Amino acid sequence: MKFDLSQVTGFLLADSQADRVVPPTGFTAWLTLFSAAVMAFLAVFALALSLATGRLADRWGNELARTATVRISAPAGQMAAQTAAALRVLETTTGVARARALDDEEQAALLAPWFGPDLPIEDLPIPRLIEVIETGDGFDPDGLRLRLAAEVPGAVLDDHTRWREPLVRAASRLRLLGWFSLLLIGAAMGAMITLAANAALAANTQVIQVLRLVGARDIYIARAFVRRFTLRAFGGAIVGAGLGCGAILLLPRAQLEGGFLTGLGFQGWHWIWPLVIPLLAAGVAFAATRLAAHRTLKDMP
Amino acid sequence: MIELENVAYSYGGGELLAEVSLSLSPGSFHFLTGPSGAGKTTLLKLCYGALVPTAGQVRLFGQDLREMERDDIAMVRRRIGVVHQDCQFLDHLSVSENIALPLGVSGRDLLAEDANLRELTGWVGLKERAAALPPELSGGERQRAALARAVIMSPDVVLADEPTGNVDWEMSQRLLRLLIELNRMGKTILIATHDLALIRAAKTHVQARVLRIASRRLQLAGADL
Repeated sequence: MKFDLSQVTGFLLADSQADRVVPPTGFTAWLTLFSAAVMAFLAVFALALSLATGRLADRWGNELARTATVRISAPAGQMAAQTAAALRVLETTTGVARARALDDEEQAALLAPWFGPDLPIEDLPIPRLIEVIETGDGFDPDGLRLRLAAEVPGAVLDDHTRWREPLVRAASRLRLLGWFSLLLIGAAMGAMITLAANAALAANTQVIQVLRLVGARDIYIARAFVRRFTLRAFGGAIVGAGLGCGAILLLPRAQLEGGFLTGLGFQGWHWIWPLVIPLLAAGVAFAATRLAAHRTLKDMP
Repeated sequence: MIELENVAYSYGGGELLAEVSLSLSPGSFHFLTGPSGAGKTTLLKLCYGALVPTAGQVRLFGQDLREMERDDIAMVRRRIGVVHQDCQFLDHLSVSENIALPLGVSGRDLLAEDANLRELTGWVGLKERAAALPPELSGGERQRAALARAVIMSPDVVLADEPTGNVDWEMSQRLLRLLIELNRMGKTILIATHDLALIRAAKTHVQARVLRIASRRLQLAGADL
């Protein structure tokens, strides 16, 4: 269907007389409003889930792919010597942009979430960690492992692939599920509106017959119903999406403590998406009611 | 204006009308009579496109009914005023809004037609009842409101199905006078009725032709009435 703005404005500004030909309905109107609001509320969360897992997958896929860790386990006396040796090896390895040993405080900070802040970490045989940042091309992990094994016996290279890949896979799958849920929510809303519209059309058979008798075209009759349901779905979805966004804003922040985890929510321009939900809801209601109305009208003389 | 040519109509069970030919010319006045269940209402429905004949041809203002889209039929109905036996209204709108309904659905400017609407409401004697809701009206008032609604678009043809079925003799005379007046203004009138007294009363005022449905055929009744 070609998009024509004048059609949309004409639809929104349709004369009140045309609206009044369909009798006002109390209860079903509220039901439509309510289901639209609920669906929009759920859609906000499905959307947030999709976008957040999308961010997570990107992050784990890109940023972490360019880092690796070397862990050195050595008796206390040899720790400094082995660390220095490992750093030398790393500095002469092609593909390594930067290598830096974490100091005691940083290591303590990493362990704090698990052991609590008061543990006397200095007394424990904690391995030393070296953070390795790769260049764009990356390094050859097998070659580096061999060199480290020869020169620094206590060093273990972890290039993160082992745990990163399943996480990225899981995040991508979760994102897919999120989008699929959005699709289902849209379809369920279409189904609900269709049921409500069919009920309204059936309840107004006499109105439709009278209108046909006095020469109303199908589009005039359909519009009275379509307008009503579209506006209801739009209004309900605004309320639902608003509440959903409020709930997301009230979620506790996970960015600081979670470190590499991303908060479930919208970031930056992604806040546009929940605003789109009411428009999509209105679109779904428009199409569903229009279809239902034309199907019903087809069988009226 | 409305032409039926060898039209037949059958319901699921059997044939109701057969070999019906009829031509309503401008300004003519017809009565359609026959026993109950003979097919008077069906014949009227064929005349405004609510039913499609099972055989034969119906032409409304020169267009073949079978080739008409739903929108074409809607357009034709703006030129044909219909008064049903059990007239239906939009029960949540006032009488006056119901009478103006055809103007609204055809996109006419209601404000511009306001004087016209008042005059018409007065003409059918419903001035005092204009703000009432249809369920509050008596049978005769409903018939008159339906008649006003049927003629507000100034249609070329008025089809009335037992317009006097639910009203007393005096009221039926009044309705008949309104229809005769419309005919004098040049409208084509077709009234289905089984009330022979009404036909006799009309014949003293207007040159009316009487059609009778008997054993599925349409016949022109003679001067025997």
